[in-house]
Amino acid sequence: MELYFRYALLAAKGQLRYRSTFFLTAFGQFFVPFFVFAGMVMLFGRFGNLKGWTLPEAMLCFSVIHVSFSVSECFARGFDMFGTVLSNGEFDRILVRPRSTILQVLGSRFEYSRVGRLFLAIGALVWALGNLAIDWNPLRVATLCLMILGGIAIFSGIFMLGASLCFWTTEGLEIMNVFTDGGREMAQYPLTIYQDWVRKFFTFVIPFGCVNYLPLFYVLGKPGASPFAALAPLAGFLFLLPCALVWRRGVRRFRSTGS
Amino acid sequence: MIAYISAFRIRLIRGLQYRVAALAGVGTQFFWGFMLIMVFQAFASNSRESSPMSLSQIASYVWLQQAFLAFVMLWFRDAELFALIVSGDVAYEFTRPVDLYGFWYARLLAGRLASAALRCLPILIVAALLPAPFTLLPPTCPASLLLFVTTLFLGLLVLVAISMFVYILTFATKSPMASFLVVGPVGEFCAGMIVPIPMMPDAVRRVVMVLPFRLATDLPFRTYSGSIGSVEALEGIVLQLLWLAVLVAVGRAALARAAVHASILGG
Amino acid sequence: MITVRGLNKTYLVAERSSGFREAAASLWRRRYRKIEALRDVGFSIGEGEIVGYIGPNGAGKSTTIKVMSGILVPDSGTCEILGRTPWKERKAHVRGIGVVFGQRSQLWWDVPVIDSFELLRDIYRVSPVDYRRNLDELVGELDLAPLLGTPTRQLSLGQRMRCELAASLLHGPRILFLDEPTIGLDAVAKLAVRAFIKRVNEERGVTVILTTHDAHDIEALAERVILIGKGRILYDGAFAVLCERYGESEDGSDSPPSLERTVARLYGEYGI
Repeated sequence: MELYFRYALLAAKGQLRYRSTFFLTAFGQFFVPFFVFAGMVMLFGRFGNLKGWTLPEAMLCFSVIHVSFSVSECFARGFDMFGTVLSNGEFDRILVRPRSTILQVLGSRFEYSRVGRLFLAIGALVWALGNLAIDWNPLRVATLCLMILGGIAIFSGIFMLGASLCFWTTEGLEIMNVFTDGGREMAQYPLTIYQDWVRKFFTFVIPFGCVNYLPLFYVLGKPGASPFAALAPLAGFLFLLPCALVWRRGVRRFRSTGS
Repeated sequence: MIAYISAFRIRLIRGLQYRVAALAGVGTQFFWGFMLIMVFQAFASNSRESSPMSLSQIASYVWLQQAFLAFVMLWFRDAELFALIVSGDVAYEFTRPVDLYGFWYARLLAGRLASAALRCLPILIVAALLPAPFTLLPPTCPASLLLFVTTLFLGLLVLVAISMFVYILTFATKSPMASFLVVGPVGEFCAGMIVPIPMMPDAVRRVVMVLPFRLATDLPFRTYSGSIGSVEALEGIVLQLLWLAVLVAVGRAALARAAVHASILGG
Repeated sequence: MITVRGLNKTYLVAERSSGFREAAASLWRRRYRKIEALRDVGFSIGEGEIVGYIGPNGAGKSTTIKVMSGILVPDSGTCEILGRTPWKERKAHVRGIGVVFGQRSQLWWDVPVIDSFELLRDIYRVSPVDYRRNLDELVGELDLAPLLGTPTRQLSLGQRMRCELAASLLHGPRILFLDEPTIGLDAVAKLAVRAFIKRVNEERGVTVILTTHDAHDIEALAERVILIGKGRILYDGAFAVLCERYGESEDGSDSPPSLERTVARLYGEYGI
C-alpha cells in the first residue's frame, strides 16, 4: 500500500510538468459527461419523470456511478491501458521486479486529468442530495460511501478483466467497452427502465445494480426497501475475486507464451 | 485522383485485417443500441405528454445511428494523422505533390467508409429482424429511402469537412486529446446523438437546428423514419450543399495558413 | 551459480498476409507457424564470470535471457540460478538479479532520475543504509551526480544508459543480465559503459551475462562466449579461439580482418 502511494506521487509529479496539457485534458474530461448530464436533465424536463423516479433521484444514480468511474479511471488506469503496457515490453520489466504484478500494473499509470469528470460527478451528487429530503442516519451515510467504493471495485475489476484479455488477443478488446463505458451509461439511470434480462445481467453478473439501484431504495426510503439493500454494494468487492483469478491465469499464459 | 483511391484501398484492407475487432465493434454497438432505445422508450412511454417521436421511430433512429456510427461520430479519429501533426513530421506531408486538403479529406473519408462498410450490414440486418419494440422498420416509401441515402452521403461529406477542422486545430493545440474532448462532445450533442433533437427543449432545439452538426445524423435518420417529411428533407439537402461549400472553403484557407505556420516552425 | 539443462521453447505465430484478397480470406481462417525458439539449450556459468551470449537476430538470445530472468516458463528443461528455479519462485529470484534491456528504459520518463532510484529502492525493499552506500558508490563510479536531478526524457542515450546500469544495481544483485547495453551509443559512451561493466565484475564480483551485436563489447569484456543460432547452442568457449579460427586474413595480407567480418564469417560458417 505504501509503495502504491509512492507510485501515485511519482506519477503526479510527472504529470504536473505538462501543466497546460493537463488542464486542457481535464477540461475536456469535464465536457464529455456534461452533455450526458445535460441530456438527462432535458429528458426529465420534457417527460417529467422516469417510471416513478424523479430527476434528483435519478441524478443520485448518475453521480454515484460517475464518481466511481472517474476514480477508477484515474487509479486503475494501468489495467485500462494494459494493451500498451504489454506491447511496449513494460510487462517484462514488471516481471523482473520482486513485487506482485497487480500492484505494479496499478502503479504503472495514473490519469489525474479525470478530476474534470470527477468534478462534474461530485457537482451532480451535491445537487441531487440538496434536492432530496433524505432521512439521514449513520447507516444511510455508510451505505452511500459503500456504494461509491463498490462502484470503484466493479470498474477496477472490469479493467482488470479487459487487461487479462490482452494476454490472449490483441483484437476485439473493444467489446470491453460494453462493460466499462456501457456499464456506466447503463447504470447512470435506475435499472427499472430496462428489460428484465438487462437488469438481471447487471445485478448478478456485473453487479452495477448492487452499487446504485438496489441500495438507493434503502437510502431514499422507497416503499418496500429492506435494510439488507444497504449491504448490496458489498457485491462490488466480491466481483473483484473472479477478476483477480482471471488475471492470474493470464499472467501464467503470458509467461508460457511470451506474447 | 489515383492517390485518393489508393489511400482508400489501404484503409479498407487494414480494416478487413482486424476481423475480431470488427465483430467486437458490432457487438458493442448492439449493446449501445439496445440501451439507448430502452432509455428513450422508457421516457417516451411513461410520459404525461405525448412523445415527439413514436416508439418505432426511436428504434429506427437509434439503429441507423449505430449502423452508420462511423459516418456520424466526430471522435472517430485517424491516430496516424494526429501523430504526424503532433510530432511535427507533418512537414513531410507538405512536400508531397498533392493538394493536401484533398488528400487528407480522402483519407478521412476512406477511414469512415471502410469502417462502416464492415459494420453497417450486419447491424441493419439483425436490427430489422428484432421483435417490436426494438425492430428497425423498412423505409416508409421508395422516395424516403432515396432521400435517406442522399442525405446520409451528403451528411458524411459535411461531417468529414467538420472533422478536418479538428485536425487543423491540432496544429495550434498540439494535443489531439484536447481538441477531441472538447469538439467531440459538443458536436455529438448538437447532432442529436445523445438526445434526439425532437426531444430537446425548444430553446436548445432552435440553436441546434441552425448548426451544421445535425445534417449528418438527425437529418438522414429522421428522413428514413418519416419523422422528417420529403419537403423538409429536400430543404435539408440544399442546406447540406451550402454548408459543405462553406466548410471546405474555410477549411482550405485554414489549412493553408497552418501550413505556412508549420513550415516557419520547421525552419 | 547458473546451471541450464535441456531448455526447449516453441511459439505459435499467426501469419498475417498483405493484399486485399488475402486479408478478406483471413477473415475466416488464419494460419499459424511454429517457431522453435530454443532447442536443448544448456550451459553453466560460474560465479564472477562475464559471458558473452551472441548470435544473429532471432536466434533465441532474448528468449534465453527471459527464461533466466524469470519472465518466461520454458516448455521443458531445468534452470537453477542461485539455488532457485527462476519461473517457480519469481519474486525471490528477481531480488537477486539485475536486468538491463538496452532498448527500453526502466526509469520513469517524466521525473528526475533520483525519484526513479528512490522508487526502485521501495520496490526492492532496500534498507536505507544499503541504499545510501550503493547509491554513493554508483554515483561516483558512473559520474551521475550532475544527472540525478534531470528528468529521464531529457537525458542523452549515453547518459540514460549509465543511469540504467545504476538502477539495475541499486539492490546489490549478484547476477546482472545485460541485453544489448551498448546499442545506439556513441564511442565515448560505449567505452564508459564497458569500463563500468568490467569494474562491477571485478570489484563487486557480479556475474555478468551479456548479449550484444557489437563484437567489440565481447572483445573488451568477455573471455567466454556462447554462440546460439536457430535455437541451438553452437559454440561455448573462449572468444579468442573463435577469433583465431575465423580471424585469419582472407587475402594473404598481414592485417587481420575486422571483428565484424570475423563474426560475419563465423555466422556464415555455422550456417545461421
